[in-house]
Amino acid sequence: MSNKVIQAMYIDDDVLMAAVKKVRQENHHIEEVFTPFPVHGLDKAMGLEPTRLAITAFMYGCVGLAVAIVMMNYIMITDWPQNIGGKPSFSYLENMPAFVPIMFELTVFFAAHLMVITFYLRSRLWPFKEAENPDPRTTDDHFLMEVSVHGNEDALKALLLETGATEIKVTEKH
Amino acid sequence: MYTFSNRLRLFAIISFALGAIMVGFSLASVPSSVEDMKAMEAAHGHGHDGDHADAGHDDAKTAHHDDHKADAADHHGDEKAHDDAHASTDHHADASHGANAGHDDAAHQDEHKLQQLQNKPWAAIYIAAFFFMMISLGVLAFYAIQRAAQAGWSPVLFRVMEGITAYIIPGTISIILLLFISGVLHWNHLFHWMDPELIREGSPTYDKLTVGKQAWLNVPWFLIRAVIYSSIWIAYRQISRRLSIRQDNATDNSNFKKNFRLAAMFLVLFLISESLMSWDWIMSFDHHWFSTLFGWYVFASMVVSGVTVIALVTIYLKSRGFLEYVNDSHLHDLAKFMFGFSIFWAYLWFSQFMLIWYSNIPEEVTYFITRIEDYNLPFFGMLALNLIFPLLILMNSDYKRLNWIIVIAGIVILFGHYIDIFNMVMPATVGPHWSIGIAEIGAILLFLGIFIFVVFTALTKAPLLPKRNPFIEESKQFHY
Repeated sequence: MSNKVIQAMYIDDDVLMAAVKKVRQENHHIEEVFTPFPVHGLDKAMGLEPTRLAITAFMYGCVGLAVAIVMMNYIMITDWPQNIGGKPSFSYLENMPAFVPIMFELTVFFAAHLMVITFYLRSRLWPFKEAENPDPRTTDDHFLMEVSVHGNEDALKALLLETGATEIKVTEKH
Repeated sequence: MYTFSNRLRLFAIISFALGAIMVGFSLASVPSSVEDMKAMEAAHGHGHDGDHADAGHDDAKTAHHDDHKADAADHHGDEKAHDDAHASTDHHADASHGANAGHDDAAHQDEHKLQQLQNKPWAAIYIAAFFFMMISLGVLAFYAIQRAAQAGWSPVLFRVMEGITAYIIPGTISIILLLFISGVLHWNHLFHWMDPELIREGSPTYDKLTVGKQAWLNVPWFLIRAVIYSSIWIAYRQISRRLSIRQDNATDNSNFKKNFRLAAMFLVLFLISESLMSWDWIMSFDHHWFSTLFGWYVFASMVVSGVTVIALVTIYLKSRGFLEYVNDSHLHDLAKFMFGFSIFWAYLWFSQFMLIWYSNIPEEVTYFITRIEDYNLPFFGMLALNLIFPLLILMNSDYKRLNWIIVIAGIVILFGHYIDIFNMVMPATVGPHWSIGIAEIGAILLFLGIFIFVVFTALTKAPLLPKRNPFIEESKQFHY
């Protein structure tokens, strides 16, 4: 079996949405869809799993909070409990209001940055990465759906043309 | 059209009657004199010694009026400070003088404690009255924001909000009545600055600081202000409601536009009146204390309780099948507001607390010292109720669409903000003699009964779906 895919080009996001639903109804596997902007509801139509980025962000936030607490407990309370302007440094809890701004900021810092880095890793984005879009027009005003070919190629082509594709190209998968 | 279910009406009436009985009982069982108070304490089995120590203890912490009097450089304060130093350090002080001073002090403490005990049921009534008034005021502000922002999601909830804001009339009237009782009839000592002895020159309790604030804190002007704030709120509520109902059968959108302009105007007036109201109705309990962000802090409390009540009433009406077009996305939005405003409240609470704790200036910090020492559990417990619980449970997007989660979170938030008001009022009025007993629960039931009755009666007065609102179609289709 070859790694053939059909690339169907669309010029309207509504047509694309209808096409995605139709193709999925006919039990064809959609490899990828390239769009110039986020199309609302496309992920649901394609049947993609919801993202778990928010969950990771929550956990990173907890890590940040823990880092802040451990750090300041060690520095301000355990290691060198100085009297600085009469602030009570006998226990962490006693001086906690002074630490809250740092606890808050570190929580946000960890949650935000680690989540962004997670996003880059999961979506394989980095500087000097080679662009993957099969047609430069998909960054401007065209939508492209990539469907893998299993079995009858002509029937699939006919189906895609029927859904409103303006161009159809059969290529070997890169 | 909504019909007031008989069971709910019965519940409201029972709640009102039971609350009235409990409040009446607690008012009747207040000690009327020092002897009375002592007899009651003996009956309750408090040891005389422990009781005395307690009285001295609370005097030192809560009677900061007295501290300030000593600080103020009037003759009386100087004399008193001198006497105290004399009595405690000079061993050659004559015995009879020392004994006499001690006796006066004890009598003063007993008097102080008696006033606090007499205040207790009144403070409980005041807190409950303010709490329910604040809910409908918070809803009114939220409603005006929705109108001024031309929100597309909320028009299906406008009638629910209008129903809740109907309580603004009995709510503000009950507050004004209570202020009248304190200020004119002097049935209680809730507002210490209303004591005429504090500003009478030559009186033993003459207080320079109260005299300095007399231009703002005097009873007639205080009551006039209360009437002004209330009329602003009631006027907006009534006019906006009328325009909203008129829009249902109108042929153009002129009523809608008028309502939009009215909302924008109201929001300006609201922010001013709400801020002044919070100084008058809450902050003046501690009339020696001041905080600049207090108005915002009270606002945060009222708007989060308001949004919570909108969500709870919406869930109730939806479960009875009255709100056809409300879906879980509307609920999701309300829950997001509950979540966001809970954090906003905590941010303001903490900003106020931390600034005062950090600088530790005596005249400001007494406010928190009394609360931390005498109200430790409610003071820090409300943080768990108002911040940590909503933060953790309403963070999840799926949970914000589940009715039962919102109901649980809503009940916790409402209880937490009741405690918040409790913490603002009680320390200045009853000092360490607080409890959540018959008076407090009775007052809550009393006003809950009125609240439910008024709100759900108002809901029967108009169709629950506004008809010709330009955004109603978007609101019906709203999904997130």
